[in-house]
Amino acid sequence: MLALRDAVKSYGQRRVLDGVTLEVARGARVALIGPSGCGKSTALRLFTGLIRPDAGAVEVDGATLTARTLAAARRRLGYVIQDGGLFPHLTARDNVGLGAHHHGWAGPRIAERIAELATLVRLPIEMLARYPVQLSGGQRQRVALMRALMMDPEVLLLDEPLGALDPMVRAELQDDLRALFTALAKTVLVVTHDLAEAAHLADTAVLLRDGRVVQRGPIAELAARPVDDGVRRFVRAQRGLHLPPEADDAA
Amino acid sequence: MRRRAVVLALALAALAGLAATAEPAAAAPTMRVGSKAFTEGVILGELVTELGIDAGATVEHRAQMGGTRILWTALTTGEIDVYVEYTGTIVEEILADARLPRGDLDALRAALAARGVGMLAPLGFQNTYALGMTEARAAALGVRTISDLAAHPGLALGFSSEFLDREDGWPGLAARYRLTHDVRGLDHDLAYRALVDGALDVTDVYTTDAEIERYHLRVLVDDRGYFPGYDAVVLYRAAWGRGAPAALAAIARLEGAIHADDMIAMNARARLDHVPEIDVAGAFLRDRLGVVTTRRAAGRAARIWHRTVEHVVLVAASLALAVALGLPLGVLAARRRLVGQVVLGAVGVVQTVPSLALLVLMIPLLGIGGPPAIAAMFAYSLLPIVRNTHAGLTSIPTPLLESAEVLGLSPIARLRRVELPLAAPATLAGVQTAAVLCVGTATIGALVGAGGYGQTILTGVRLDDTTLILEGALPAAALAVLVQGLFELAGRVVVPRGLRLVRE
Repeated sequence: MLALRDAVKSYGQRRVLDGVTLEVARGARVALIGPSGCGKSTALRLFTGLIRPDAGAVEVDGATLTARTLAAARRRLGYVIQDGGLFPHLTARDNVGLGAHHHGWAGPRIAERIAELATLVRLPIEMLARYPVQLSGGQRQRVALMRALMMDPEVLLLDEPLGALDPMVRAELQDDLRALFTALAKTVLVVTHDLAEAAHLADTAVLLRDGRVVQRGPIAELAARPVDDGVRRFVRAQRGLHLPPEADDAA
Repeated sequence: MRRRAVVLALALAALAGLAATAEPAAAAPTMRVGSKAFTEGVILGELVTELGIDAGATVEHRAQMGGTRILWTALTTGEIDVYVEYTGTIVEEILADARLPRGDLDALRAALAARGVGMLAPLGFQNTYALGMTEARAAALGVRTISDLAAHPGLALGFSSEFLDREDGWPGLAARYRLTHDVRGLDHDLAYRALVDGALDVTDVYTTDAEIERYHLRVLVDDRGYFPGYDAVVLYRAAWGRGAPAALAAIARLEGAIHADDMIAMNARARLDHVPEIDVAGAFLRDRLGVVTTRRAAGRAARIWHRTVEHVVLVAASLALAVALGLPLGVLAARRRLVGQVVLGAVGVVQTVPSLALLVLMIPLLGIGGPPAIAAMFAYSLLPIVRNTHAGLTSIPTPLLESAEVLGLSPIARLRRVELPLAAPATLAGVQTAAVLCVGTATIGALVGAGGYGQTILTGVRLDDTTLILEGALPAAALAVLVQGLFELAGRVVVPRGLRLVRE
């Protein structure tokens, strides 16, 4: 469903991606993990078309991403970033409905879909009348998720979606997201620097370091059999890592 | 909401355009009288106006439009039909390049005719430039002639700005008499006050000024014959004169009818007794020419209301134009970095042009009255609007712009639904700044006959009438405060609620 082929990306002198190849099959849930600055966010952003690779190719559903295919590709993507990226001047409801409205959906259809999504992400419906500034961080991320899901995309791209939340809220949302992904069977690519979170939200992980893929595979295997000292250190640095039961079983 | 604002802006712009182009329907012969921005000029303008009305013409008096250059330009470009000038000014200033002989009226008339301008016979008095000092100071220093000034290089000399740079003014005078004093420019009508207060020792005076007698001034003898004769004469557009012979004949009744004593008396009544010029002129016409006039000076309330309407129209029209152009320019500047630099630079440069200079530059293009004032205020308003729109748009956090892009919104939709609303607080602040700026700048519009509170202030300065100055200045200040308040209210409509919550 998603693929990078030898993607290279530099910002000035700094090479952020140095020949990254990865594939995300339809329905798969993959976490991009690694220390800060390893290039994981950049890899994810390539799929949004916000940035383009200097070399190599970006594919969405088998088609190479170009200026011409970008609009169609974006319609299949839902994108959530760390702070939600909600528009402060619009209510939660208008944030969620903006894209659908732009694409010509009728009012009742939008309202119906929003109600459905609110149930799905477990957001009290009255919260939708509020402005982002009137919502808690967790509620904002739920709204951002609704917005990403509004047009029922096949793929969800999540860039540190829970990075700005406090631990309690974060744990709760991790569980909710996990349940949601399972229920919707979306293709998910999530960027996180937290191995436990990766284990919650994804089945497999791709670990990047200095713009290269160092290791890939089921998350439990990553923890159990690091390919080198660097990965070992990265895994060890994750405090209180409790892999979910399935992951333990797989190990 | 936004649509309503756009409609409003367009309506205001259309209104401004209409006001600018509307000419009175020409049934009776029309006559547009101009007058210079000093008391005698206004009185003479009123005299001409009344005679035109008496002859059945439809007359408009654009009072105290400015100095010689503005009046002459207005006459030769057909903005006005008639105004009163002085022969010395024509020879030494307006037609200086022609190097006409002094005192030769026929040569002067021929030179004017070649420029499409007619001249009636002199009105009967001279108003010559001279230098004046208080009698006490002059006696103490033993100054009797202009030559005597050379012995006192420490004297404080202050001249009207027109005198300072006229061909027949200070530069030539200083050269002729070898004077090396430091001089400063100030308003002619303020100079008397400075002279009496001792802030100035010497200023330029007009020989028909009533203040000479009132303040016991000594007029210094022009012992080297520097100043030419300044006979007051009516100038008119020759083409207009051919179309309105009756009106022209009526004005011609002033030929030889006003003596120097009459003029000094009229100036005294207006300047020192604060009788409105229109009433001074009416009394003279009744007593000397048997002409009964019906126009009287308007009451204070009517005057303030009239000036308020003029002022608000000026501000609204220029602001509407500035918003209509400034917003797109701001968007363009935010979109294209290079274009942005150029646009911001250009509107910034406009800001550095002195308002008076900008007004005068507009006259050949737009004539006099509302249009040049609106154009100048529009030009000044652009900077805050363009810059704030640009700043508002470029300060939107990148993640928001990216979110909108990935949502699949088209560039137009992103601008309309996301970027402009997010920039609204900054943009509105820019428009607010421009509006308050406009309320202030509009007062200068009176210098080119645009009316407004500036007209009242100018008259007050001219008549040295503090009450009148306040009558213009206080409403202008009140209007500025009101505009400020209106924009605070507008913020509740234009700035999205979510953003106001953020700021509260």
